[in-house]
Amino acid sequence: MYRYDQIDHQIAAERVAQYGDQVRRRLSGELAEDEFRILRLQNGLYMQVHAYMLRIAVPYGLINSAQMRKFAQIARKYDRGYGHFTTRQNIQFNWLKLEDTPDILAELATVGLHCNQTSGNCMRNITSDEYAGVARDEIVDPRPYAEMLRQWTTFHPEFAYLPRKFKFAISGGEQDRAAIAVHDIGLSVVRNPQGEVGFRVLVGGGLGRTPMLGTEICGFVPWQHVMTYVESIVRVYNQHGRRDNLYKARIKILVKALGIEEFRRQVEAEWQHSKDGPGTLTQAELDRVAAHFTAPAYATLPPHDAGVAELQAENKAFANWLQRNVKPHKIPGYAAVVLSLKKTGVAPGDATAQQIDAAAELADRFSFGELRISHMQNLVLADVKKSDLIALWEAATAHGMATPNINLLTDMICCPGGDFCALANARSIPLAKAIAERFDRLDFLHDIGDIELNMSGCMNACGHNSVGHIGVLGVDKDGSEWYQVSIGGAQGNDAAIGKVIGRAFSFQQVPEAIERLLQVYVRERLAGERFIDTVRRIGHEPFKEFVYATPIAENESLNGEAYALLPKGVSYDTPFYSPRF
Amino acid sequence: MDIIKNKAVVPDEWTILRPAPDEAAERVVVPAGKVIVPLKVWQAQHAGLGSRAELGVWLASDERPEAVQGELEKFAVIAVDFPRFTDGRGYTIAYLLRTRFGYRGELRAIGDVLRDQLFYMQRVGFDAFVPRADKDIHDALKGLGDFSEVYQASADRELPLFRRVQREAWLA
Repeated sequence: MYRYDQIDHQIAAERVAQYGDQVRRRLSGELAEDEFRILRLQNGLYMQVHAYMLRIAVPYGLINSAQMRKFAQIARKYDRGYGHFTTRQNIQFNWLKLEDTPDILAELATVGLHCNQTSGNCMRNITSDEYAGVARDEIVDPRPYAEMLRQWTTFHPEFAYLPRKFKFAISGGEQDRAAIAVHDIGLSVVRNPQGEVGFRVLVGGGLGRTPMLGTEICGFVPWQHVMTYVESIVRVYNQHGRRDNLYKARIKILVKALGIEEFRRQVEAEWQHSKDGPGTLTQAELDRVAAHFTAPAYATLPPHDAGVAELQAENKAFANWLQRNVKPHKIPGYAAVVLSLKKTGVAPGDATAQQIDAAAELADRFSFGELRISHMQNLVLADVKKSDLIALWEAATAHGMATPNINLLTDMICCPGGDFCALANARSIPLAKAIAERFDRLDFLHDIGDIELNMSGCMNACGHNSVGHIGVLGVDKDGSEWYQVSIGGAQGNDAAIGKVIGRAFSFQQVPEAIERLLQVYVRERLAGERFIDTVRRIGHEPFKEFVYATPIAENESLNGEAYALLPKGVSYDTPFYSPRF
Repeated sequence: MDIIKNKAVVPDEWTILRPAPDEAAERVVVPAGKVIVPLKVWQAQHAGLGSRAELGVWLASDERPEAVQGELEKFAVIAVDFPRFTDGRGYTIAYLLRTRFGYRGELRAIGDVLRDQLFYMQRVGFDAFVPRADKDIHDALKGLGDFSEVYQASADRELPLFRRVQREAWLA
């Protein structure tokens, strides 16, 4: 993975000093909260319901064991012993004090980590495929391009105050695993018929209030020109994106208003000024960066391991884990392994300091000391010898990270929701818990098979509800929380925006509504058909009809304390500068 | 009044003319002396103002730099207004004036101009800054030195880092 050189370190150190001084001026009152808010957001620092939340960047989801251990240290020293991995492949800490954040930033810098542009109306941390470099269907490894893009976006002087946030995703496989269609710019690395490397560029995708899929603006931008090309897109957006209405400020609205033809024309006109200019990438720079992403020292191994096959035959739990959590690898004898952070009863994506340390240890023992954070909020060890799978499974089991549920119903994407987030209309973590408990029967989950249940506590859709096969969206109606359920959304090559099935449900009704959706699927499915395939084949109507056929009773057992919002303000020192308290 | 120019706090003789929004541009009275007039006033009073020895013009964030493209030599100062510091259009206006239209005179940031944006403003081509009146100008000056190295090309650096510097190679 990429290692900082002297210049990267220097820029990181100067950033630590700059941010530290900003916090000092806030605490001294030199900076007003309105001024500081924008600055702290560009450093991923939010004021949430209880405390400050810090979002730390994991560029394109790739991380080494020393960096992971730093997260565990931060969790113990400054937070409450855990962290939350997000759909943008980042990690968030929920219980911080403003005064501590400069020290945290300084500690992160010692291992080459930062919080640059993890929020705010700027170019955000770039996301990518968690199987980059190891996937069998990979056309080109996207990581060197992701890193060059990281450097280009970092402290870009012209685009720090865009109309709205701006997200890139980059994918290099035949299958898109980076949800590129729901990003402001989605890049897939492709080869043209001559074998040259370039990018298919999508623009104007995004979730949130007006979910939209990106549109192809260019089918092939040669790799040398990708930076000047995306710069042209962002420059057109910076000048013409709406700034009068927060909800219409994303680039998707501009692209829609102009139409893709006109938007493309403007971008191409702008590009004529920078194309072939100094921003054009050089082979030397690509080679320099790509050298950081060369394959590790793989051993020559037989494609199958006899011990694994033997245990698979006699141990159901191991067999389930192999089936769900172990993914193919391009090198014979190797596999990629997903460490599930979706154990029933635990907030999806949460990991304790002990688990974070354990994951780092497993990476050192089994996967060349590297890990990936997936946008599905799990951890991935990308380079595991098949002969190590049993030992890894045992260790992961001991640390509660071997739940065999990857891509199953309980492998939910879930935002922090009303328990933590100042923007949320509704709880999401307690609902995830209620749903996971209701369906926590392994045979049932495996029978239902691949399905994506995505949940967000508000329109901002951090939980990717609009692209969930089943999407759950918390909405506010007259001050109380309700949940809209949608079906038919999807990420990947066949990305689609889901459609709401009908009137909203109460918290206590949602698990039953999902149960009914699944019953229709079980009734209607053809052999080998996934939930999403059935929805596509038979349409929404049969689902809608069955779900609303009879009233859904309120499940009173979900009124208990175990599902209640976290009580506010407990054992956290109320900071005087906090606008919320 | 003091401003920041060429990385120093210096006295300034220019007056920025900010007529009331409902005042018709052709009727705005432009006082004698060094005045920076709104683009609309310049456009409306071209004939009269064009003969002045020294004139400045300022662009609002929703105005286009192309509007002054052919007459850059007429201005001793071009200013760009930041109505709020979060309005980032001024960065692109400055970048285009410097790199595309070749403006070499003073380029001044006015309006909601604050220390923590100065580094970026300088990079896109501003060389003069009028920090917001309630802020300490000497404190604001420090914002220009936040970073000593940058990744991208912009108005301040013609080449991106990878074309300027031989970076260390990583040997696995």
